[in-house]
Amino acid sequence: MRPDAVDGRRVVLGVGNLDRGDDAAGRFVARRLREAQLDDVEIIEKGGEATQLLAALEAASAAFIVDACASGVEAGALRRFDVAAQPLPSKAFALSSHGLGLAETIELARALGRLPPVCVVYAIEGESFETGAPLSPKVAAAITGVVEKLRAEIVTVAKQGEERDA
Amino acid sequence: MAVKTIKVDYLARVEGEGGLKVVIRDGGVASAELKIFEPPRFFEAFLRGRAFSEAPDIVARICGICPVAYQMSAVQAIEDALAVDVGAPLRALRRLLYCGEWIESHTLHVYMLHAPDFLGYEGAVEMARDHGDAVRRGLALKKAGNAIISLLGGREIHPINVRVGGFYRTPRRRELQPLAEELKAARDAALETVQWAARFDFPDRERDYEFVALRHETDYPFYEGRIVSTSGLNIAPAEYDAHFEETQVEHSTALHAHMKNGGAYLVGPLARYNLNFDRLSRLAKDAAREAGLGPVCANPYRSIIVRAVEVLYACDEALRLIDAYEEPERPFVDVTARAGVGYGATEAPRGLLYHRYEITTDGMIKDARIVPPTSQNQPSIEEDLRRFIGGWLELPEADLRHRCEQTVRNHDPCISCATHFLRLEVEHAS
Repeated sequence: MRPDAVDGRRVVLGVGNLDRGDDAAGRFVARRLREAQLDDVEIIEKGGEATQLLAALEAASAAFIVDACASGVEAGALRRFDVAAQPLPSKAFALSSHGLGLAETIELARALGRLPPVCVVYAIEGESFETGAPLSPKVAAAITGVVEKLRAEIVTVAKQGEERDA
Repeated sequence: MAVKTIKVDYLARVEGEGGLKVVIRDGGVASAELKIFEPPRFFEAFLRGRAFSEAPDIVARICGICPVAYQMSAVQAIEDALAVDVGAPLRALRRLLYCGEWIESHTLHVYMLHAPDFLGYEGAVEMARDHGDAVRRGLALKKAGNAIISLLGGREIHPINVRVGGFYRTPRRRELQPLAEELKAARDAALETVQWAARFDFPDRERDYEFVALRHETDYPFYEGRIVSTSGLNIAPAEYDAHFEETQVEHSTALHAHMKNGGAYLVGPLARYNLNFDRLSRLAKDAAREAGLGPVCANPYRSIIVRAVEVLYACDEALRLIDAYEEPERPFVDVTARAGVGYGATEAPRGLLYHRYEITTDGMIKDARIVPPTSQNQPSIEEDLRRFIGGWLELPEADLRHRCEQTVRNHDPCISCATHFLRLEVEHAS
C-alpha cells in the first residue's frame, strides 16, 4: 500500500438496491460499519448510479467499496479486489440498469484521474436478486464476517498513516 | 432475393433493456423493429385503490432518471381532478425542481450515452481516456442538477418532498444562494457543452416530423401548457385521449402511440425546440444560433446540440427562478378529496408525459393512465431507421450496426419508463 494513500478522506461505499434481495448486501455492511463508529471514516450508501459513485469517491485517499456480485461461486463467498492495482473483472458486476456498472465506474474514475490511491472492492456473492426479496440466508450469514475483515483493513490503513506521521 | 438482417441483441447506452432488428431486402430497408423485452411494470395497476396522496411517491419509482417528471404530471392531474390551484410561487418552485431534472438527465445522455457515437468510442470510459476535460465538465454540470433535486426533492433519486397541493417543505431563500453559485458555474459549463457538441460531425439526414410538445403563453415548457403540433393541433391536456391512442405490437412490451388522424409523431427536445424556439432565453437562443441551429431543426442527429441548448436554458431559468423566489406562506395548499377526473401533461426530458387519474369521493384512485415519451416515440424511431440507414447499407457490418444504434440513441429512449421497452438485430442473408 502506498504510504501517501492514508491522508484525506477515507470512505466506505456500500452499493446496492435495498429492494432487490442480495443486491442490498453492500448497504447492510455499510450500516453495520456505521454503527461501529470508526474514527475518520465516512460511510456512504448508494444505489449504484455511476455519476453518484464518482462523486462519492471524489478527493478520497482511500475507498472501500462493498457490492454484491453474481459470478457463479457459492452464495455468501467474499472476494477482495485491489482495484487501484488492476480493473475489476466486469462480468460479475454487470448488474446495473443505467448502463455503467461498478467496474465501468471504477475505470471511468481511473481515466479521469479520480480513483483513490487506495481502492479496494469487497464483493459478496449473491444468489437471489428478486424484487422485494430479503437477503438470502447465506448472504445474511456472511455479513458479520465481511464487516470484521473490512474493519480490520480500515484500522491497518489508519495505523500505517500514524506510523508514517510519527 | 437478397435478405440481410442486422441484429443488436442488447442495446448499450440506453436506459433499460431492449434490442433492434433491421431487415434489408434487395438493397433497401424492408423493416425495422425496436424490440423492447424489459418486462411490463404495471404501475397503472399499482395506483388503483391507493389514496391520491400516495401517487407522487409511487410514480417517482417509475424512473431513476426522470422521477420529477412523473411526479409533476401526477400532481398536476390529481390537482386538476380535485380543483386545486397551488398558485404562482409553488408552481415556480416546481419549475425549478424540473430544471434540476433536465440538467441531470440531458447531461447524462449528452456526455455518457450519446457523445461517444460522434467521437468514435465504444463508451464513456474509453472516451474519458482521451477527452477527460470534457467528461469532467459533464460530471460537474450533472452535479448542479443533482443539487437542485437534493434540495427541493429531499434526496437525489426518487425525491420525496413533492405532494399533491405543493411540497412538504419549501426552502428558505438563503438555502438557495449556494445553489445559485453552483448554477452560475454550471451555466458556463452548459454554454461550453453547446459549443463542444456543435463541433461534432453530423450525418446529413432530415425528416418531416410531426412534432408534438407543450406550449405555454410565456415559458419554454416543462411544467405546463397546451399540447400543440407541427400540423396545428392545439388542445388542452384533457383532450389528449381524443387525439392520441396506444396500441400493442408483438415485438415490444411497450405500447406504441399514434395520433388518431395522423400516425407517428415525435416528442422530446427536437419537438419542444421547434415548437417553442421563441420561448427560450436570450442566452439559449444566441447559443443555438452560434451552434448553427436555426429556429427549426429536423436532423435528429443534431438533437445532442438541442439537448445541450436545453441544459443551458435550464441553468439560466433556474437562476432566474432563484433570483425571483419568494418564500411561500405555506409549503402547500389544502386539498380536499372529491370525485373527479383530472389530466396532467408536462415535458419530461425525453418528451411529453401524459397522466390521467380518476378519483373517488373518498380520495382513492379508481383509474390511472400514464403515457410516457418513449411509447410515443417508438414508431418514429423505427421510421428513422427505415428512412435513414438506406444510404449506409454498403458500410461494413460493424459500422452499419453502429449507425443503427446511434439512430436509436438520438431519441434517448427510456425503456424502463416505457414498459409497460432495447436488443439490435440486422439480418443479411441470401
